[in-house]
Amino acid sequence: MNKTAAQAEKKHESLFYVTKRDTMPFWKSSLIRVIAVIAALIISSVFIVALTGKSPLKIYSAMIEGSFGTVRTFWDLLQNMAMLLGIAVAVTPAFRMKFWNIGAEGQVLMGCLASVICMYYIGSALPSWLLIIVMAVASMAAGAIWAGIPGFFKAKWNTNETLFTLMMNYVAIQLVSFFIAVWVPSGSGILYPVNTDTECGWLPKVFGQQYFLNVAIVAILTVGMFIYLRYTKHGYEISVVGESENTAKYIGINVKKVIIRTVLLSGALCGVIGFLLVSGKNHMINTSMAGGNGFTAIMVSWLAKFNPFYMILTAFLVSFLKIGGSALARDPLLKLSTSLGDIISAIVILFIIGSEFFIRYRINYRGRKAEHKNV
Amino acid sequence: MSKRIFALIIAIVMVFSVCALTSCTNSSADFKVGFIFLHDDNSTYDRNFMEAARQAAKNAGLSDDQVLFEVGIDESNDCYDAAARLVDKGCKLVFADSFGHEPFMIKAAKEFKDVQFFHATGTQAHTEKLPNYHNAFASIYEGRYLAGVVAGLKLKAMIDAGTISGDSVKIGYVGAHPYAEVVSGYTSFFLGVRSIVANVTMDVRYTNSWFDIAKEREAALQLINDGCVLLSQHADSEGAPKACEENNVPNVAYNVSTISIGPKTALISSKIDWTPYMEMIIKKVMDGKGSEIPYDWCGGFEEGAVKLTELNADAAADGTQAKLDEITAQLKAGTLHVFDTSKFTINGGQTVTTYLADVDDDGSFTGETEVIKDGYFHESEYRSAPYFDLRIDGITEK
Repeated sequence: MNKTAAQAEKKHESLFYVTKRDTMPFWKSSLIRVIAVIAALIISSVFIVALTGKSPLKIYSAMIEGSFGTVRTFWDLLQNMAMLLGIAVAVTPAFRMKFWNIGAEGQVLMGCLASVICMYYIGSALPSWLLIIVMAVASMAAGAIWAGIPGFFKAKWNTNETLFTLMMNYVAIQLVSFFIAVWVPSGSGILYPVNTDTECGWLPKVFGQQYFLNVAIVAILTVGMFIYLRYTKHGYEISVVGESENTAKYIGINVKKVIIRTVLLSGALCGVIGFLLVSGKNHMINTSMAGGNGFTAIMVSWLAKFNPFYMILTAFLVSFLKIGGSALARDPLLKLSTSLGDIISAIVILFIIGSEFFIRYRINYRGRKAEHKNV
Repeated sequence: MSKRIFALIIAIVMVFSVCALTSCTNSSADFKVGFIFLHDDNSTYDRNFMEAARQAAKNAGLSDDQVLFEVGIDESNDCYDAAARLVDKGCKLVFADSFGHEPFMIKAAKEFKDVQFFHATGTQAHTEKLPNYHNAFASIYEGRYLAGVVAGLKLKAMIDAGTISGDSVKIGYVGAHPYAEVVSGYTSFFLGVRSIVANVTMDVRYTNSWFDIAKEREAALQLINDGCVLLSQHADSEGAPKACEENNVPNVAYNVSTISIGPKTALISSKIDWTPYMEMIIKKVMDGKGSEIPYDWCGGFEEGAVKLTELNADAAADGTQAKLDEITAQLKAGTLHVFDTSKFTINGGQTVTTYLADVDDDGSFTGETEVIKDGYFHESEYRSAPYFDLRIDGITEK
């Protein structure tokens, strides 16, 4: 009887088991990530051949050409990456504090709306430089308020910030629709660019590049956020609150104050991106202006382990896949749907996220365990 | 040293020679055309443009590598960026398909003066008067009216068969935005239905989006729940036709045939065929005559721009095709006008005798052009994009 039970137990023993790794050397973790990307490209190639019958190399070279082929496509990539990186940087302090701000989309949109409201109602009554400052301040305030409301509720009544910030996105979208309906009585739902005659409130071109300032401002924000999180008292407080609220309270940190202050900062920075989208790019607004980057930025921030400098890499990767993927549809000989770019993006990102498992955990085979025990 | 300088000079001369040769051989084989689409081909609206672009390019003798697509381009500065990318690729003709693309196409036209820009559904070309910027649309309200006749005949057959009551007949319409293009479309459709079933009324539900499968489906289901016995739509997905098929409610679609997804319920679709216009502009621009193309072009039956898709014999009423032929002939001959002011009233019984429409879209949103003449509303005559935005009796916007 006992023998049978032992046999059954042995029978149910899995072939391998998982244990947590110690800290892995940087070169090793980087190698695993590179292998993940290569594996993703191989799997993507299988999909490409199966779905399109075309050469994967042609597809990849079209993606590279679509992103780096000309100065203009490169600036498109930089602009796209800058907006994504900017939002990722903005959500990072809240995420490090374990405040799950998934309302960046709405906070960016509110930043856009505040800027457009300034342009629409002030028009050319102010000098352009002054209007730009007013727009930037208004956008930061709007973004901060939009994040601050759930932040306040979280600090005061411990409400669920995930749901709250998510719902605030839809309110922001409806507010934008409302203003467009007021401004455009014809009912088209399309607001044309504001101040086209005077370009008042439009960020100027620098070195002939419309997106130069957008990219430069996000670069400054990224460096600033790195310093803020790494070298300031605020950054330390955020880390402590994120690790353990009780510890934070024990060492005299005012947790509620830190939550609200950090969430306001997060929202204000989303507001800055909204300002850049309006003043530095579109000069109008529509409900899809944030373009889903408010959600994608969460992944960018998370993949970079909330390190602003690593985010440059992850934002680049995601933007390259997006811009390169859209180039597939542009190529007249490939004649592919944009869906293929999405499939490749999804596979690459899935593999990178999956590779984190192998960086954090070790897979042990039963045989190895036995050997280990014998030693 | 002198040898190196000599070699350098030779190299520079060779490079310039190649460049000069390249610029001199600007034959039709180098000619490229670019198209900008708001969505991908999941959108029935964009798919209609894509199919026309491919066909027009083929008709004009262009090969695949001469036709470039920019797909999923938002109605923002992304449109300008896309247009500029196409110009960088060597396109001499750039076409955009969505209303909100217009200001960004104008921006591109002002910058790239040697490229001809075309924009469907826009309103500004006839006032901007740029030599390289053009609008186009079709008198689709006539196609909508015909589709309405098909729907009316179906309703009549349903009443005759006792499937629905003839006492109060209500139909539904899923609209994208409360904008003249949509209002003109649903009113002409309704008038077509009412020419057959006199006591019909119609509810309109807006999605406030040009393309939203879930919202369009939801609006369709809501209309069906509200007692609408037949539906049509002006929104760009297949959400409404699919909801109709599932609920066995007859449907009239727009721009593409939906018989494959609604074999029991899809009656017919009115459609703008962009092929004739696209073929014309490609050939003109290829011949260096782009500036001869009118600022604003409106195609009709004659140009082959307004069409109906295949009639679904399994779903439509008997005798529909004969009636369609009869009404089409009247429209072509000008003996029947869709917006005949004797055929509709506003504000509970008031006949329209004068109306200033906002034809010159200057941003003031006030009408300036008298459009009621000779007893009918002159739709798409003073500007190709529709401007009929009267709310007539019998139609309720929800």
